[in-house]
Amino acid sequence: MSELAAHSAHPPGFAHQFETVAQQREAGKLGMWVFLVTEILFFGGMFTAYTVYRSLHLQAFITGSHLLEVKFGATNTAVLIVSSLTMAMAIRSAQTGKRKGQTIWWLILTMLLGATFLFLKFRFEWYHDYVDGIVPGVSWSYHGPYAPGAELFMCFYFFMTGLHALHMIVGIGILTVLTVMTARNKFSPQYYAPLEISGLYWHFVDIVWIFLFPLLYLIGGRYPGS
Amino acid sequence: MSEASGHSSGSEHVVPVSTYVGVFLALIGLTALTTGVAYIDLGRWNTVAALAIAVIKMLLVVLFFMHVKYSTGLTRIAILAGFFWLLIMITLTLSDELTRGWEIVSHGWSVMIPVVLRLL
Repeated sequence: MSELAAHSAHPPGFAHQFETVAQQREAGKLGMWVFLVTEILFFGGMFTAYTVYRSLHLQAFITGSHLLEVKFGATNTAVLIVSSLTMAMAIRSAQTGKRKGQTIWWLILTMLLGATFLFLKFRFEWYHDYVDGIVPGVSWSYHGPYAPGAELFMCFYFFMTGLHALHMIVGIGILTVLTVMTARNKFSPQYYAPLEISGLYWHFVDIVWIFLFPLLYLIGGRYPGS
Repeated sequence: MSEASGHSSGSEHVVPVSTYVGVFLALIGLTALTTGVAYIDLGRWNTVAALAIAVIKMLLVVLFFMHVKYSTGLTRIAILAGFFWLLIMITLTLSDELTRGWEIVSHGWSVMIPVVLRLL
């Protein structure tokens, strides 16, 4: 009887194949995490390759790292951390049944921060790298010590930050869809799974940057004589 | 499972705003710390400090922003499996790469046989 009652009182977003809303929620999150595990190994391949080549050309990688400007890396780290907070707040406002305008506001803020990150990355980093001649194969004019190894480092830099930026662009696309869904009243405190699992993705991309920042800009040191 | 907890009960654990703000401030603080430490000569420990701070930041994001602190064992084991496989990839790759310069022992693994037999 209770099952019949359950089906007649159909909560929004509840799919038939699940026993309970809680089970559906758990399945969705587990599925997203399984995807993120493949992403860990996807980026992990690059981190492994980076580690191997760093061990082979340590001084050259430090030289390459010094071609980058810490202030941009650090600023972008902060921007992404703020965006993780606003993403968490967007989910929270849907979860606690706040007015949809509030959720939309947090989502738009998150998108703007993501766009700020990309703007800093492309306009103030990549463009200047091009002008300064530290883009391997495109514009290379660094002929100081350890030049070949530094060029290898910059290859890693562009591939790693490029793949990360691609994930950011996808993330902004996902947030756009979520904003529209929120505006169309698709979410409630009972059903906000798309927000929750997209949040997992957004935070994951933040974590990748949390590792890229020290690996590309900091390790090896920035002190005089490093 | 009762009707109440299955269908009509509200959402999952609601994380207080103060927790989110606390985690956020910790992340910003750790970013400032890792940047500052890079300008101090610690030798090899510069790398260790940078990676240790990154791991702490990751844990803060995973546990609080990604709600893993409030998740079930099933989700946690899937995440741990991911990191375990990452560890396998890095460890096995480096165990090859970092030992290529090692001298080849003429007896190969056969020298291990008496050692293993003595254990039995």
